[in-house]
Amino acid sequence: MTTQELKYIPKDYKSDQSVRWCPGCGDHAVLNCLHKAMAEVGVAPHQTAVISGIGCSSRLPYYMNTYGFHTIHGRGAAIATGVKTARPDLSVWLITGDGDCLAIGGNHFIHAVRRNIDLNIVLFNNEIYGLTKGQYSPTSERGYVSKSSPYGTVEDPFIPAELALGARGNFFARSIDVDLKNTTEILATAAKHEGASVVEVLVNCVIFNDGTHKQITDKANRAERTIFLRHGEKMLFGENNEKGLVLDGLKLKAVTLNQDGYTLDNILTHDAHTPENTMHLLLAMMGGELPVALGVIREVKAAVYDQEVAKQIATVQANNPIRKLQDFLMSGEIWEIK
Amino acid sequence: MAEETKVTALDDVVIRFSGDSGDGMQLTGTIFSNVSAILGNEISTFPDYPAEIRAPQGTLSGVSGFQVHLGAGKVFTPGDKADVLVAMNPAALKVNVKNIRPNAVVIIDTDCFQKADLEKALFETEDPFKELGLMGVQVVASPISSMVKSGLESFGLNNKSALRCKNMFALGLVCWLFDRPLEQAMHMLQNKFAKKPGIAEANIKVLNDGYNYGHNTHSTVSTYRIESTKPAKGFYTDINGNKATAYGLIAAAEKSGLQLFLGSYPITPATDILHELAARKELGVKTVQAEDEIAGICTAIGASFAGSLAVTTTSGPGLALKGEAMGLAVIAELPLVIVNVQRGGPSTGLPTKSEQTDLMQALYGRNGESPLVVIAASTPTDCFDAAFWAGKLAVEHMTPVILLTDAFIANGSSAWRIPEMDSYPAIKPNYVANYKESAPWKAYRRDKESLVRYWVAPGTEGLAHRIGGLEKNCETSAICTDPENHQKMTHIRQAKIDNIANHIPALEVIGDQDAELLIVGWGGTYGHLLEASNEVRKNGKKIAFAHFKFISPLPKNSEAVLKSFKKVMVVEQNSGQFANYLRGKIENFDPCQFNRVKGQPFVVARLVEEFTNLLEA
Repeated sequence: MTTQELKYIPKDYKSDQSVRWCPGCGDHAVLNCLHKAMAEVGVAPHQTAVISGIGCSSRLPYYMNTYGFHTIHGRGAAIATGVKTARPDLSVWLITGDGDCLAIGGNHFIHAVRRNIDLNIVLFNNEIYGLTKGQYSPTSERGYVSKSSPYGTVEDPFIPAELALGARGNFFARSIDVDLKNTTEILATAAKHEGASVVEVLVNCVIFNDGTHKQITDKANRAERTIFLRHGEKMLFGENNEKGLVLDGLKLKAVTLNQDGYTLDNILTHDAHTPENTMHLLLAMMGGELPVALGVIREVKAAVYDQEVAKQIATVQANNPIRKLQDFLMSGEIWEIK
Repeated sequence: MAEETKVTALDDVVIRFSGDSGDGMQLTGTIFSNVSAILGNEISTFPDYPAEIRAPQGTLSGVSGFQVHLGAGKVFTPGDKADVLVAMNPAALKVNVKNIRPNAVVIIDTDCFQKADLEKALFETEDPFKELGLMGVQVVASPISSMVKSGLESFGLNNKSALRCKNMFALGLVCWLFDRPLEQAMHMLQNKFAKKPGIAEANIKVLNDGYNYGHNTHSTVSTYRIESTKPAKGFYTDINGNKATAYGLIAAAEKSGLQLFLGSYPITPATDILHELAARKELGVKTVQAEDEIAGICTAIGASFAGSLAVTTTSGPGLALKGEAMGLAVIAELPLVIVNVQRGGPSTGLPTKSEQTDLMQALYGRNGESPLVVIAASTPTDCFDAAFWAGKLAVEHMTPVILLTDAFIANGSSAWRIPEMDSYPAIKPNYVANYKESAPWKAYRRDKESLVRYWVAPGTEGLAHRIGGLEKNCETSAICTDPENHQKMTHIRQAKIDNIANHIPALEVIGDQDAELLIVGWGGTYGHLLEASNEVRKNGKKIAFAHFKFISPLPKNSEAVLKSFKKVMVVEQNSGQFANYLRGKIENFDPCQFNRVKGQPFVVARLVEEFTNLLEA
């Protein structure tokens, strides 16, 4: 076995700016994972552009030693779309939060996903507006009490996966801030995927929404409350992988191996690559009685917008030798005055 | 600028209704003529019947036509060639090919341009326009027959009787295009079919359907032209302002060695720029039809950050939506061209009509102090030069530039002498290679004289940097909330724009330099103002005319010019936005104003009267 020499190390992606997030904020961990994932994928820092909107997580570009653009609230997806369409040679990341991406930027998000433009979208979901000091967000659960909902919200939240798949997304993954190893691996997989990849990272806001993901992120609960999905592997979870998922009619069901007649053969195998998204949606929507799905839930190859734009130009140019405006104008309907 | 030109206004136009002898073209033409006469137009008509009363349907010998010439002034003839042809079938198109102008508007019923119809008119291909060499015409293609049938579904008419009404659909559409209210036409139909109220009702329904169809689809035609009366030698083509804008942007990209990128959302009357640029893939143009106006400008800002000459195109309501993003381009100091084809407002207003009411929005319609460059094109062909200038100033000065055109010059056309691109200057982006100081380069370090920062596109090794919408320290380029620094950056952003006055042409005065009265205009009213001042001079009176193309910053000699005349009148299609802007910019300057906000072009005769009165006052 040969050891592959890495061209870059995480430090190469780290800027000299001091990180200003609150101590204990989940964003710190994701930033470190991103540095590691970028080094692993190996695209040069100067070939990388990190775009963000507005919000706590959107400060992230300042902490990267890459090209970066901290833009305006909700519009990061549209700006990143322009960057990538103009320059398909760049690796383009979009850093966004649950308010930025799913409230004010909802339209740009669904259209970026629908177009399948090659962006790596990292959605930091802490279910709260942190930068404006604690209002409920579009992912806060119904009844959530915050400064702007003192009697609890009377609206249902978005589930990012449902929105991404509803927008015909081809890549969706979910991770948790405290799981550095898997977050790094997922971010690297998202970077390698051609097309819009959405990675939802469940992050903790230590100041305004501490413990919002506690039930699944706590070490004590994690094995029981989450399932890590890998393409081609059985859907197993639990402390000793003693539990698994089966299909019961049109619903998923958690079972224990060697109980009620269930054996390993009955357990579903994860197929992230099937274009059919029904099972991906079922998996992504799990919660409550069922473990929350982490890992790459959907990873499907499809035509990529920025590549198609370039291809169309190449095709037209292959059939039309005109390259200069002057020649184009003279090739139209013209007359001469002598 | 001082080229002698002639404006052909909307109310001097030749329209030819043509169809099968059974299509009721004579009735259509007669009603339209009468409606126009009642509105005060001079008219002259020319019915053109087929020799055979009952020639076979759809054939060349069966074509019946009715030509009407409308004018604001004296109309002595029915006109030589039609500006607008209504061709109800392919035979009508073929027969009239010699009777229409090369850039005429041709309204067709696509239901009657199917294979069998084309064969009856002896066409050999499926593209009758190409076959007839009519490549310059503007085609308004609508499925008239099917819309007539579905519109009359509840009337219980048989197919044949229903289709007899289709001439009224065409009439309704033409009435929409030429602003003719339907009341008089309805009245005439009621009289004509007084004994058959069912038929009258069906015709009136279809007439309204045609009008509403035009309204709903924002159909416009332009018969507004500006012609040079002394054309220079060279090759010419016919062009409207939107196309000229598209080509000017392509020219700027070529001259700067940059890729042209357009992010745009469809909006009347700007969409044709998107159409033209989306079609120019052989020239390497990239276009994104965005999900909304905001994404239109934001994709462009992204492309600009990535190193393209980036453009977004829109009209008034879209400009309002782009405000926040324009501010981002201002603070990030990125090159960007925003084309605003002005239409009637506020809100949805008059989408197909023309005004100059977005000037204040262009100058100030953003949060914070966010100065940028504002340019206004003066004629359809000037849109080329104005768009070139917009691109040049944007990339050379690292700033957003708003180019104001309007519905008139955007849709209006003109013969255009194809320029030699070699005669246009090179555009030199302020790349980081120009940075010669010993201190390490930072994103907001700038040229000491022009105050322009240096452009580094992603992909450049060793110069990775971060920019954004937060205020930056003018030295370190890091995020900075220091009060003194903000004051300094605010000043720098304004001074950078002011400095552009050193790089634009001086304001010219046309006409009598020693006149008492100076007429001042800006943007798309150039043709009308020039013609009106020429008229005044022909009447033996002295008058001068100055037309602004550069609005922010103003040409350096603006104050000197404006203060060298005893009387100044600022003429614009708004309630005085430019006049007020000049009052704010130039001390002790208080011009007279002539303002109209009707969505219609100025009437030259009315301007002549106004200028003469002021001279005699």
